[in-house]
Amino acid sequence: MGQAFLDNSLWRNIYCVLAGDSASCASRGYSDGFLPGGLEWLAFLLAALAIIGLVVNGVLGGVIVLIWGERRLFGRFQSRTGPNRWGPFGTLTSVADAVKTMFKEDIVPADADRILFNLAPILIAAPALLVFSVIPFGVGTYVADLNVGVLFVMAITSLTTLSVLTAAWSSGNRIAILSALRSVALLISYEIPMALAVVGVIMLAGSMSLGDIIVAQGVPFILVQPLGFFVFFIAAMAEMARAPFDLTEAESELAAGYLNDYASMKFGLFFLAEFMAEISTSAIITTLFLSGWRGFDPIPSHFWFGAKLIAVLFVIIWFRMTLPRLRVDQVLKFAWKGLFELTMINIVVTAILIAIWPEPTTANLWAMAAVNWPVAIISIYLVSKLLGTAPYDQPLPDPNAPSYPVGSESIPASSVLGAETTSAPVQARIQEEGGQ
Amino acid sequence: MAIKTQPVTVNLGPQHPSTHGVFRMRVMFDGEEIVDVEPVFGYLHRGSEKLAEERTYTQIVTLTDRMDYVSSMLNNQAYILAVEKLAGIEPSPRGVWLRMIASELQRIASHLVATGFLLQDLGALGTPLIYAMRERENILDLFEMLCGARITNSYLRPGGVFMDAPAEFWPALDRGLGDILNTVDELETYLSGNEIVFSRTKGTAVLPKELLINASITGPMLRASGVDWDLRHRAPYDYYDRVSFDRILHTASDNYARYWVRVQETRESVKIIRQCIEQIEPGDVRPSFDEVPRLIRPPVGDAYAAIEGSKGELGFYLVSDGSIAPYRMHVRASSLINLTLLRDMLIGGQFGDLFVTFGSVDLNMGEVDR
Repeated sequence: MGQAFLDNSLWRNIYCVLAGDSASCASRGYSDGFLPGGLEWLAFLLAALAIIGLVVNGVLGGVIVLIWGERRLFGRFQSRTGPNRWGPFGTLTSVADAVKTMFKEDIVPADADRILFNLAPILIAAPALLVFSVIPFGVGTYVADLNVGVLFVMAITSLTTLSVLTAAWSSGNRIAILSALRSVALLISYEIPMALAVVGVIMLAGSMSLGDIIVAQGVPFILVQPLGFFVFFIAAMAEMARAPFDLTEAESELAAGYLNDYASMKFGLFFLAEFMAEISTSAIITTLFLSGWRGFDPIPSHFWFGAKLIAVLFVIIWFRMTLPRLRVDQVLKFAWKGLFELTMINIVVTAILIAIWPEPTTANLWAMAAVNWPVAIISIYLVSKLLGTAPYDQPLPDPNAPSYPVGSESIPASSVLGAETTSAPVQARIQEEGGQ
Repeated sequence: MAIKTQPVTVNLGPQHPSTHGVFRMRVMFDGEEIVDVEPVFGYLHRGSEKLAEERTYTQIVTLTDRMDYVSSMLNNQAYILAVEKLAGIEPSPRGVWLRMIASELQRIASHLVATGFLLQDLGALGTPLIYAMRERENILDLFEMLCGARITNSYLRPGGVFMDAPAEFWPALDRGLGDILNTVDELETYLSGNEIVFSRTKGTAVLPKELLINASITGPMLRASGVDWDLRHRAPYDYYDRVSFDRILHTASDNYARYWVRVQETRESVKIIRQCIEQIEPGDVRPSFDEVPRLIRPPVGDAYAAIEGSKGELGFYLVSDGSIAPYRMHVRASSLINLTLLRDMLIGGQFGDLFVTFGSVDLNMGEVDR
C-alpha cells in the first residue's frame, strides 16, 4: 500500500479497518483488521468498491436534495410555496418524482438510431460522475488527487457535449439537432475563456492538483483573482447550459431541445446529469476560488466545503431564476469579445504580480488582491461599455404633435362607427334570403 | 473545402410550449436564421360568429367572453356598443361608468399578461410571469366582486351592466389601483433597465409605419411606431371624452417599443379609472326591462361599433333582420389582423427572436380563430 493512498483518509479508514494487520496501517494506529493476513489485495478491492459506492450514492442523494431545494427556492423566488405535499416540507417530492420517472413507458422513436439513442444517456451520466473523483471534499477526503486535476476536470466536462450531440443525432429530430448545434457552439466558445480563467489560479498555486490549489489559498482566490472568478463563473454557467445560457434546452424555443424524444429513465439520466453538473461545477468553483475545505478550526473541514458548496449553488439558482435567456449570437459574442479579453488581462496582470512576488506569502496575496480588484472593476466596466446595447437615439414622440399625420385631426364619427342606416346591397340581400 | 448546406424546415406547434395557444408555424431555417415562415391556424375555431346567429342578443354576450379570453370585458363592451347602436338603446350613465372601469381594469390585466408572457418567451423561467399574474389575480378578484365570474364575466348588458358594484368593491378598487402602480413600477425597475431584455428586444422585428398602416394594424403595435391612433381619443365611445389621459407613443417600432408601450399604458388606465371613480353618479345600472327588454328586436339594419381593445381596434359588425337573433355577426379581431405581418417581422431574424416577436404581437388564439 503506497503512502499516497494512506494520506487519503477515505481510503485509509476503509482499507485499514479491513486489513489492519498490514505494517503500514499498524504504524498509523489501526490494530486489528477483519481480513486475515495476505488478503490485502481483497481489502484494496473492497475499499475501492466502497469508495465508488459512497461517492456515487452521495452525489445521487445530493441531486435528490438539490432538486427539492431548487424547487423550494423557485417557489420562494416566485412568491409561491413550492413542493410541500410529500414528507416534511415536501422533501420526498423528488423521491416520488424519481419513482414516477422509473415507471414511465420507455419510448424509442421509429426514426431513432437505437444503439446511439440508448448509449447517449449513459455517455452523459458517466462523465458527470467522473468529475467527482478528483474533488477534495475535506482534509484528505478525495478519491484521487491527480497532479493534472484541473486538466482532468476540463476534459471530462467537455464530454457532455459529445453525448448531447449523440442524443440529438440519434433521435432523428430536427429540433434536437438545432439544440445540439447550439450546444457545440457554446462548448467551443466557452471552453477557452473557462480554461484561461483557471490559468491565473494555476500560476498562483504553482500546481494543477486540486489539493495543492487549496493548500496554496492562504487567501481565497476569489479575492486574489476576482476577474478569473467572474469569467470562470459565467463560463461554467454556459458550460452546464444553465440560464441565462440555457440555449440547448431553451424551453420557449426548442421545447426541450435534445431531450424531446427521451422518456422514462433515459430522460431521468439526462436530468440527473444536469443536476450533477450543477453540483460538480459548484464543487470546482469552491475548490478553485473559495479555498475549498479551508476554514477555522472547531468546525470540521467537510462542513466548510459543504457550506461553500451550498452558497455557490444558491447563487447559481438565483441567476437561473432571475435572468432571461440570451440569444445565440449574443452568447457567442459575449464569449469571444468579452470574456476572452478579460481572461487575457487577468493572465497578464497575474504574471506581472508573480514576477514581483515569485513565492507569494499570505501578505503578498493580499497585496495582489489590492491590485487585482481595481483592474477587475475597470476592465469589466470597459467591456460592458463596449458590448452593451446603446439606448435609443431618437426622442419619444410628443402625443400632442404626432410625428406621423394620420388623416385629419377630426375624423367624422360615421367613418369610424359605421353607417347608421343599412346600405342598399345589404337590404337587398336580406330580402333575397328571406329575412323579415 | 466548402461544406454543402441546405435550409431545414421545422414544424413548430400546435403543441408547443410558447405558441400562446394552438398556433402552428412551418419555419425554414438556415442555421439559426429564419428563411421562411408559414403560419397555420384554425385549431381553436369554434364558429362563434355562426353560433351568434342562433342566439338572442343578450345570450351572445357569453360568446364574446370566449373569444379573447384574457380580455372578456373589452369584448363585452365592443359587442354591447354595437347592439346599442343597432337597437338605438340609450345606456344609463352609472352603467357606462361601471363598464368603463371594468374594461380599463381588463386592459391592465391583458397588458400584464402580455408583458409576463413576453418575458417568459425571452426565457426568464417564470418569475416575471408570476409577478405579473399575481397582480392580474387581484384584478380578477375585483371582477369576482362585480359579477361573480373571473374570466368569462358576461358582465355587460345592452344599456349598461347587469348588477351594481357592491359597497366593498370601491375600497378594494382603490387599494388595487395602488398595487397595480407598485407592480408596474417593480416590473419596470427589473425589466426595462435589464441589459439582457434590452439587448434582445431592441432593433428586432422592426416594422415601418407605412406597412403597419397599410396592413391596418392597430393598438400598441401601431402606437409603438409613433402613429397616434387610439380610438379612445380619436373617436371616443362611452364617456371617454369626459376623461383625460396621455397617449403613449414610441418611435422604434421594435419588440422593446411594443413592450414599453404596454407597460406605460397600464399607468394611463389607472389614471382613467381614478377619473371614473370621481365622476361616477348614483342611479340605475341599466334601463328598466320596460325600456330594454331581455329579448331585443332591433329594427332592420346594420351597425358597426369599435373600441380600443387591449390588442387593437376591436369591432363588432351586426346585421339585423328584425328578429331576436342577429342575421349576421362579424368580429374585427385585432389579434388576427395584427398577426398578418408575422412574416415581415420574422424573416431574416434569428430563431431565438421568433417567439419573442410572436409574443410582442400579443395575440390570443381564442380571438384569432374565434
